[in-house]
Amino acid sequence: MKIIVLVKQVPDTETNIKVGDKSINEAGIKWIISPYDEFAIEEGLRLREKHGGEVIAISLGPDRVQESLRQAYAMGADRAVQIKVDNYVPFDTVLAAELIANFAKSENADIIIGGRQSIDSDSSQVVVQVAEALGIPHVAFAVSLEISGTNVKSTKEVEGGTQVVETSLPVAITAQKGLNEPRYPNLKGLMAAKKKPIESKSPADLGNPASKIEIVGLEPPPPRIPGRKLEAADAKGYAEQLVKALREEAKVI
Amino acid sequence: MSNVLIVGELKDGELKKISREITSAGRKIADALGGKVTAVLVGSGVDKFAGDLAAVGADSIVTVNAGDFNAETWASLIAAVIKEKNPSVVLLPHTSQGKDYSPRVAVKVGAGIIADVVGLSVDGGKVVAKKPIYSGKAYGNFKVTSPIAMFTVRPNSQEVVQKAGAGAVETASPAAGDAKVKIVSSDLSGGNKVQLTEASIIVSGGRGIKGPENWPILQGLADVLGAALGASRAAVDAGWIAHSHQVGQTGKTVSPNCYIACGISGAIQHLAGMGSSKYIVAINKDGDAPIFKVATYGVVGDLFEVVPALTDEFKKVLG
Repeated sequence: MKIIVLVKQVPDTETNIKVGDKSINEAGIKWIISPYDEFAIEEGLRLREKHGGEVIAISLGPDRVQESLRQAYAMGADRAVQIKVDNYVPFDTVLAAELIANFAKSENADIIIGGRQSIDSDSSQVVVQVAEALGIPHVAFAVSLEISGTNVKSTKEVEGGTQVVETSLPVAITAQKGLNEPRYPNLKGLMAAKKKPIESKSPADLGNPASKIEIVGLEPPPPRIPGRKLEAADAKGYAEQLVKALREEAKVI
Repeated sequence: MSNVLIVGELKDGELKKISREITSAGRKIADALGGKVTAVLVGSGVDKFAGDLAAVGADSIVTVNAGDFNAETWASLIAAVIKEKNPSVVLLPHTSQGKDYSPRVAVKVGAGIIADVVGLSVDGGKVVAKKPIYSGKAYGNFKVTSPIAMFTVRPNSQEVVQKAGAGAVETASPAAGDAKVKIVSSDLSGGNKVQLTEASIIVSGGRGIKGPENWPILQGLADVLGAALGASRAAVDAGWIAHSHQVGQTGKTVSPNCYIACGISGAIQHLAGMGSSKYIVAINKDGDAPIFKVATYGVVGDLFEVVPALTDEFKKVLG
């Protein structure tokens, strides 16, 4: 079974973001694997442990993404591939999906699995776009996944609850929290990962798709409405003040 | 001619608020570009919503008969309508369903897409979409350069504006093809009465609620306000409530008008999911909790006293 896991490198949530003209200032940023992609890596490893085959971790970006690919190696990935793009228009999901789909096609992948969204853009687009580009089914927001032969059974989160769905390989899956508990790489794995090769692909190797997005600019978030702590003698006093503030000042209730 | 097409959404046979929000947003864009607004509704018996969408600016409503939601089928149907109508701008809801089918639609029609948009404006004949990025620590402005520009729009981010359109109903019956994913069963008992990501008010609880037996205290307030019930990761990881209620980095991103955080300290991962709420109320015993840094109104107090008092007070004024 050939399993491709999508590994997106994103700034750690606790990192300060300094906004530049069309990109962020990368100085001092701590980069991590987007948390939902960790569920995807873990699921890929479990599928391989059960069914055999190989797990290929793939990441799109400049050379710093190799650090995330080494982490995927340390967790247990068999191969790591960097799609080397230095001046990628951020959040052009269709472009990313076309590159990844062309890679998946060349590998004849059975499963493509990624996080349900990345925490830098919250787009929830790429994995499903890859499925469409390959003409294969997808299951979004998977919280369980069972594969037997070419049969795929999955529970997915939907509005208001869950659904059990069935389809067949090849398939694309987006991982939701609850799918599994990602493992930590151990020291031995981390040491070994340092020496493993990272394959490099250029956009030209993968059909050179054109960008469909133009970045106009970045800006800091809008200022928050200044806050204040209320003062009251008791719970009733707080309640009266809050109701008044929310109804007469904020006018939201 | 620069026409706008919006895709509406239903829930339990009712038109969702996001449908009106994006129709209003679509009207504004169409007026700036000199085009028409077509609203598409997929489902059964959806003709009856034509008037609702016309009232917020839809010039025509294309209805497509279909059974229960299936992302693959709906993507095919919607893409077929887009290909026929050839709009230059398409707005879709950034909802659970929207995230499931919109990526397929974009690829099918060869469009670039910007997802989770909170602001839409027009500059030089092109839509500029604003979206929060890096957990709301920056905002990005983007244009789509393909002939069809697609945007998924975050619920609660657009104002509903009454503006009459013609609202003519047209029925389309494109072929959907066979779905490769079969829905075996559905369990819709676990969720909120009010959908978390689309709620205009959220009452949310964290570690400070002390145990699952205390949710009724927050649910009582939520019921009075017609609010959804949210939770922090701490409360979910403790097993006090299902993950579907979680707000934050590994939970849902929400943008309500009012977010009432009860017993939530405000870890940065939580703020990442709710920081764009318009008004934030924090009720917490610890006056140094980081949640107070983002709170519009802070109450340093015991939620077990303040929340019931608040419920009573709202009952009184809301009757």
